[in-house]
Amino acid sequence: MRTVKLLRPFSGLVLAVGLILSGVSVFGHDKAAHAADASGAVPMPVHTFEKGEQCVEPVDVMRRNHMQLILHQRDKTMHEGIRTTQHSLNKCVDCHADKKTGSVLGKDGFCENCHRYSAVSIDCFECHSSVREASAAVTAPPSSVRVLTAQPQKTNATATVMDGGSAKNAGAVFPPKGKTP
Amino acid sequence: MSINRRQFLGLSGAAIAGAALAPSLRLIELAQARSPEETASAQHRWGLLIDSSKCADGCTSCVNACAEENGIQGHGRPTTDAQWIRKVTLKDKQTGYVQNLPLMCQHCESPPCVDVCPTGASFKRADGIVLVDKHICIGCRYCMMACPYKARSFVHEVTTGQKAYAPRGKGTVESCTLCVHKVDRGDGSTACADACKKEGHQAILFGDLKDPDSEISKRLASQPSTQLRADLKLNTGVRYQGI
Repeated sequence: MRTVKLLRPFSGLVLAVGLILSGVSVFGHDKAAHAADASGAVPMPVHTFEKGEQCVEPVDVMRRNHMQLILHQRDKTMHEGIRTTQHSLNKCVDCHADKKTGSVLGKDGFCENCHRYSAVSIDCFECHSSVREASAAVTAPPSSVRVLTAQPQKTNATATVMDGGSAKNAGAVFPPKGKTP
Repeated sequence: MSINRRQFLGLSGAAIAGAALAPSLRLIELAQARSPEETASAQHRWGLLIDSSKCADGCTSCVNACAEENGIQGHGRPTTDAQWIRKVTLKDKQTGYVQNLPLMCQHCESPPCVDVCPTGASFKRADGIVLVDKHICIGCRYCMMACPYKARSFVHEVTTGQKAYAPRGKGTVESCTLCVHKVDRGDGSTACADACKKEGHQAILFGDLKDPDSEISKRLASQPSTQLRADLKLNTGVRYQGI
């Protein structure tokens, strides 16, 4: 009790110093963003927006409810054949995929970044493609994986217009004709 | 500019006629390609007509095109690699006559795979396309056992290089989707049918079985055709000729 009484005249000063310190730490946190935090706090996730300026819904709605939106759209598309792009996972990937990797996964990937921060696992991309359609060639499968085709040259010729990356993909998977044993 | 009463009436009549006709013209155009907001309708039933006499021995164009279109990749293990469409060779043991035909999901009206599915993952869309909802598939493989055509595959290994419109993943069952993404886009064809046409065989024809004016309906009405295992009364959406 006595010490408290002694400090009372300085209480204003203590409060001011405390406020300044907290301000510095918040400012420093913002600036450091993804870098390892000296204070031991978990680094904040980085958000990237590669296309457009605004999401399909306000940011706070998306942060809280994106999973419900995707789930709703999922059932509509799967069972009823409704293929609007407003809340589709493909559209998420299309806008948010990283410029360099073309993917929403990876260390700085839009989805993985935040999900890692909040320790929530994403199952979407166990089946769904995590790369933007045009940059599908980025994730050419490992050499142990083969496209199930008997005549690669013919398949290249019949590559569909829908996916610009498919022909490239096939080229990356198969060795050129001359090199085939 | 001044117009008299007669001209005014003529012009307004033309304007009303134009306003009345324009939407219907637009509707005819839209009937070909369903808009993205519209649900798949029971007014259609998509199917295939396969003429085995036109299917060339040793040609695998349809199989390749399917793998390419749907991003199906194997690991060089034919016993476990996924297979949506395969070439089947039939041989008459008495005469030695050999026939080829592509075999895939027959898109039954009464699909046994849907009957046995414990989670409702196996389902039939309103337009007759039989699909697996991989979100709720638990990989039990009952449907694989129930299917008389061995049309379904289980994905045993981690998948890579999926197409955005054809997700596929380890631990789920999959089969021919009748190129449902192409159907929804209004392409009016499947990858296998396109590839067969390109090869010049024209053994596979895609179309609407409920549209009496479609080529497939006309051919089915005028030529003999058969269902595989017709005795099971599954009313398949894929019909065969020449077997």
